[in-house]
Amino acid sequence: MAKLDSKAPTGPIKEQWTKHKNDIQLVNPANKRNIDIIVIGTGLAGGSAAASLAEMGYNVKAFAYQDSPRRAHSIAAQGGINASKNYQNDGDSNYRLFYDTVKGGDYRSRESNVYRLAEVSGNIIDQCVAQGVPFARDYGGLLDNRSFGGVLVSRTFYAKGQTGQQLLLGAYSAMNRQIAKGKIQMYNRHEMLELVIVDGKARGIIARNLITGEIERHSAHAVVIGSGGYGNVFYLSTNAMGSNVTAAWRAHKKGAYFANPCYTQIHPTCIPRSGDHQSKLTLMSESLRNDGRIWVPKSMEDVEAIRSGKKKPIDLSEEERDYYLERRYPAFGNLVPRDVASRAAKERCDAGYGVNATGEAVFLDFKSAIQRYGKEKALVDGVHNPSPEKIIEFGAGVIKDKYGNLFQMYNKIVDTDPYTTPMMIYPAVHYTMGGLWVDYNLMTTIPGCYCIGEANFSDHGANRLGASALMQGLADGYFVLPYTIGDYLADEIRTGVIPTDSPAFDEAEKSVKDRLEKLMSINGSRSVDTFHKELGKYMWNLAGMARNEAGLKEAMVNIKKLREEFWQDVRIPGDLNSMNTELEKATRVADMLELGELFAKDALERRESCGGHFREESVEQDGPQKGEALRDDVNFKFVSAWEYKGEPGDAVLHKEELEFKDIELKTRSYK
Amino acid sequence: MSEKRDMDLTLKIWRQKDAKSAGKLETFQVKNISPDSSFLEMMDVLNEDLVAQNQEPVAFDHDCREGICGTCSLHIQGEAHGPDRAVTTCQLHMRKFKHGETIHIEPWRAKAFPVIKDLIVDRSAFDRIQQAGGFVSIPTSGNTQDANAIPIPKDDADTAFDSATCIGCGACVASCKNASAMLFVAAKVSQFALLPQGKVEAKRRVLHMVKQMDEEGFGNCTNTGACEVECPKEISLENIARMNREYLNASIK
Repeated sequence: MAKLDSKAPTGPIKEQWTKHKNDIQLVNPANKRNIDIIVIGTGLAGGSAAASLAEMGYNVKAFAYQDSPRRAHSIAAQGGINASKNYQNDGDSNYRLFYDTVKGGDYRSRESNVYRLAEVSGNIIDQCVAQGVPFARDYGGLLDNRSFGGVLVSRTFYAKGQTGQQLLLGAYSAMNRQIAKGKIQMYNRHEMLELVIVDGKARGIIARNLITGEIERHSAHAVVIGSGGYGNVFYLSTNAMGSNVTAAWRAHKKGAYFANPCYTQIHPTCIPRSGDHQSKLTLMSESLRNDGRIWVPKSMEDVEAIRSGKKKPIDLSEEERDYYLERRYPAFGNLVPRDVASRAAKERCDAGYGVNATGEAVFLDFKSAIQRYGKEKALVDGVHNPSPEKIIEFGAGVIKDKYGNLFQMYNKIVDTDPYTTPMMIYPAVHYTMGGLWVDYNLMTTIPGCYCIGEANFSDHGANRLGASALMQGLADGYFVLPYTIGDYLADEIRTGVIPTDSPAFDEAEKSVKDRLEKLMSINGSRSVDTFHKELGKYMWNLAGMARNEAGLKEAMVNIKKLREEFWQDVRIPGDLNSMNTELEKATRVADMLELGELFAKDALERRESCGGHFREESVEQDGPQKGEALRDDVNFKFVSAWEYKGEPGDAVLHKEELEFKDIELKTRSYK
Repeated sequence: MSEKRDMDLTLKIWRQKDAKSAGKLETFQVKNISPDSSFLEMMDVLNEDLVAQNQEPVAFDHDCREGICGTCSLHIQGEAHGPDRAVTTCQLHMRKFKHGETIHIEPWRAKAFPVIKDLIVDRSAFDRIQQAGGFVSIPTSGNTQDANAIPIPKDDADTAFDSATCIGCGACVASCKNASAMLFVAAKVSQFALLPQGKVEAKRRVLHMVKQMDEEGFGNCTNTGACEVECPKEISLENIARMNREYLNASIK
């Protein structure tokens, strides 16, 4: 395929989705019963898609590596979900949500997809409330909202710090209803290890039963990949331990282009790492930046005093603190987008102002918010002249209502009390905006292979705004894919059941078995984790928050070398034909070792700074934006879509030029 | 941060090859465990040691490692999720243990949760209970009524949320002397019973879910309350009381 056709509709942007839905083909209800669809992953995207497709009448087979669909990592999303309901009467609209998302993504997303996302956002909230999702409400019984980074309205719906959990359980309950009816066949503890292509179309998968080790063939008329992001290529991230790129990478190697692999979101507010034993990083929701103020000491003396324990952070007066986000970005303050907040923390820590032993931590302080809420609560409750202690008690109560579970989690992990002393935070890998390239119908470059949610690249450009991941996952699964997939499947009504005894299935199964046998036969000297940690080190040091040409070239060389070593020296104890957790890790890490190289190549090719991708060679040299990221719209206003050519380093670049008709291209300023 | 020194520990861990084989406790040593590491990170250290000795690592369930997915499921020193309160095993930290201590680690024990391997059990019975009625029968459409069409009193919404925070880990079952799943089932029944959206099918739901719970082989509730104590999300016994009311109400024609 030489040219990338986004299939984005023409005409006024506000009418595109409606027009498109009217123009595409439908499958009649009786025929849907004869069509099978495989869905990989049961998070917000996969789970909602599986449920919706089954409701429409298709036969769905859903696959999850976890022991239940409810465990997918969407469950860990904390802060909330955006929707342009304008319940707060603060001037929100579909256009504003669209505008904020395109701007927040640093003008590297496709306008038509993003507008559609904004357009269906309200339906998501309606749908979830109807499912019994217990969102936060105010005393009038109506839904409450809060604000997130990069926007000037309150459009985020939430359920304490457990919004992802509640939304996923909603999708899980919708799935359960269909599983009970036999419309979804659920395959828990199964992992997709290959995509099967028959006559140029995606026709099934090869999966491994993780309990018995059995290799299984599953056929379908279409395959939907909703397997999440690849942040675990960094080893330490906020992803779940099992989160992996295998499903998407296998599709890539079979012909699906991989778009913008270098766009990674480093989330500003995570619990700093404490030592070498660490297996993952824990997020503290961005919603905390509604009420928390981020600072480091102004003087190096105070930094050293805090590190050595001679001073406590609460000993420092207001004048001795540098609220650096408020100082640098007065308009957005602590609520600048994630990429900006992360780089600002790195800048202070690189300058030596990090406040913990590793020098990689800043404070997130709730003192002001506790005071403000305490006084307000005293007024509302009619307590006159409250004592300072009473104000703190009231204020802490309000904070507990909003963020109780997050404060408790922080306390359990770090062993200090964030109600009385500021939290320490530092950026960590959180989300990947890149993913499989998809057109407006969410189809990859392989006919019949779709990709939804974090696994695709489509809506967030080079940086995702907070509370938009849940929105996109559910939009794709509930309201976009179930319509667009019909356009393809309408031509499949005469196909009949896809046989699994074809040469294509034989060959795919053999390649999986050969790969697994090869892994087991190496019997080398190093564990899978040592390779994964080393990969993570290259990624973080050379392709992390700031990148340059020399470092990225070095990363490509190192990762390739590491991959070769892996295939010669990995050690996997246990059996091939039974449960083997080391083998599971090995198949995932093997694919990450390939993706990592493509990631670095993509970052190397993109010689501009945009969103989460910061090239040290491309910064503003003077003016009010001095030192900020410098985007290059003349040379890089495109989506990078990589075609696999035998080795990750040999991938061929295809460009989808981006057009901005409804939004003016501007330098992104949050000053 | 903890000032405590690194620890050496003796571990007595349940090993079982597969569902059909018999299992037994095996003894392992781990050294230099940081008090700031989590319990599962300590298990990672053990498993890295085992791989280095070319032995098969101990299989245990885990995924998000931030206390929300409900995958991790260890019975530690006789308690589900170990000695700390309101945490899952992944958020239990080694500062709760002492240098030189012997720690017993076993899988959840319940007839309805058969062991798959080592410390991993099969909790699919929980899924089947949810499939029996743990949902509101509302299909996906862009045309449900506006989310603010039905105001819900804040207290009801908050209580429904508290019930809905159940992570389905199974600690309640593992802690119960009868291996009862009442707290788990009651949490879902309560969430929907408290919300107007769930009321339409309330009677059908509670009858079906309880029936499935009984068929799966979970025991009965004798109001001991161990489930509430060990629940990492502090799901209240009040949920069981509410489910009993719902059940009684639904049983009277």
